[in-house]
Amino acid sequence: MDTAVYDHPATTAHAPWGRVRRSRHVADRALKIICTLFTGLGAFVLGWILLMLLVEGIGGLSPAVFTETTPGPGTEGGGIANAIVGSLILTILGVMIATPIGVLAGTYLAEYGKNSKLATVIRFVNDILLAAPSILIGLFVYILMVQPMGGYSGWAGGVALAIIAVPVIVRSTEDMLRLVPGSLREAGAALGAPMSTVIVKISWKAARAGMVTGVILATARIAGETAPLLFTALNNNFWFSPSLMGGVSNLPVTIYQFALAPYENWRQLAWAGALIITLSILALSIVARLLLKKDKVR
Amino acid sequence: MSSTIAVNTSSAIGNAAAADTNAPARIAVKKLNFYYGDFRSLKDISLDFYDRQVTALIGPSGCGKSTLLRTFNRIYSLYPEQRAEGQILLDGQNVLLPSIDVNELRARVGMVFQKPTPFPMSIYDNIAFGIRLYEKLSRSELDGRVEEALRKAALWDEVKDKLRQSGMGLSGGQQQRLCIARTIAQRPEVILLDEPTSALDPISTGKIEELIEQLRSEFTIVIVTHNMQQAARISQFTAFMYLGELIEFGPTTKMFMNPSKKQTQDYITGRFG
Repeated sequence: MDTAVYDHPATTAHAPWGRVRRSRHVADRALKIICTLFTGLGAFVLGWILLMLLVEGIGGLSPAVFTETTPGPGTEGGGIANAIVGSLILTILGVMIATPIGVLAGTYLAEYGKNSKLATVIRFVNDILLAAPSILIGLFVYILMVQPMGGYSGWAGGVALAIIAVPVIVRSTEDMLRLVPGSLREAGAALGAPMSTVIVKISWKAARAGMVTGVILATARIAGETAPLLFTALNNNFWFSPSLMGGVSNLPVTIYQFALAPYENWRQLAWAGALIITLSILALSIVARLLLKKDKVR
Repeated sequence: MSSTIAVNTSSAIGNAAAADTNAPARIAVKKLNFYYGDFRSLKDISLDFYDRQVTALIGPSGCGKSTLLRTFNRIYSLYPEQRAEGQILLDGQNVLLPSIDVNELRARVGMVFQKPTPFPMSIYDNIAFGIRLYEKLSRSELDGRVEEALRKAALWDEVKDKLRQSGMGLSGGQQQRLCIARTIAQRPEVILLDEPTSALDPISTGKIEELIEQLRSEFTIVIVTHNMQQAARISQFTAFMYLGELIEFGPTTKMFMNPSKKQTQDYITGRFG
């Protein structure tokens, strides 16, 4: 009776050591090795791209890149200053259109719609939009704006980029607001605050860092988009016109055109442009991460 | 049997002021029924809460005590599947009527929750939040109200040098007193406390209990608690609930020393629940 208490199953004759088959150890280790290998492969490809960009791009960087406009065919030198500024304008325009729509729609889903039928449908449509091919969005805006307005424009480009950014912002806003504990909303309501005050002064404030991060990541997403601009803002070799009518030069389309060109200086500029875009997106992502981290510490 | 009861709770009974049985009713609950969807979780509750007295709601988990508390400020109406039927008279006015403005009601009937819920803003703004909703005050008037509320909540000395810092940086006990300060800053008539100390350590709990005793001179207080010692220590009246029904209600000393229902006796002696 007494010994039974101390008799660990592993030490009895019925349950000896070595019950686990060797093949199980092998399978266990194999999975770990395969997973590590493929992670390494992914990281390697990413590192390769970045390294190639750095090597080729830094060679192409010069003061002229930031001061001169894109060169015409057969001309020497030149820069991509107009494309950098144009990209900035288009991206900012896109974010400015997308942020209010995305934030308010995300707020509707998280605070008002919740699990209602309408909210569920909107959430589903938003997810589809999130995965929509960007060339389709370019064509959509072409028909919606470029044809009626009689030509390419920065406005059309901004709208196309906004359509890509909206679902990203909707999703991140809703996710972040859902992380705000319901007890905080109840506490606000218990003081007699109407729902609008609870949302603006409490929910938004509590989710602020996450919401801003979502907008920054959406910015990073649209900064490198090419397809939606092909049919909308197009591209050219000049500074943008203040009315933003006509084509607006921008980095992604410039890279696309210059990289395929038979001129050495164009290809150099394409590398430099690619490097600049990548570093900008990297910087935006780092800022977003820092913001979230800071919020967690608080 | 009654000797066991005396042993269990005699240390606590008598600490609180005696019940004032002549106090007028501040809240009168009449034939209250409550539904979560189809589930009826309160059954024909009728009960009075007296002016400037502390009433404790006790009973096992799921008995409906928190549900009852949450009807007084209609906080349940945030959730569309919940509804209450019957009457809750606050100073004679039925607050369940659709014509009653819930936000105005909630400014008159404050509530403090189980977990401290400081807003993500400064200590000062946490207190000023509720005041700003209903009153337009000058800067100095507002400063005065914030200080008054923090003093009444016994928190002023600990935070007076860091009013601009985030309320989230305070300890759990301080956060809960901040929430109480935020509630009394609005100068409500009734304060509802939903297990306000169950997330706190014994020292913080002691401070909150002292605070409740002081606040009783100004406010009508209803507290839900799982801790029967606490109910005995701080309340003048106790209501015992079970399975959505009010089993017994009376002065706390009588409830703990000489309950008239067997169920009450079994619960407070720890025989079930």
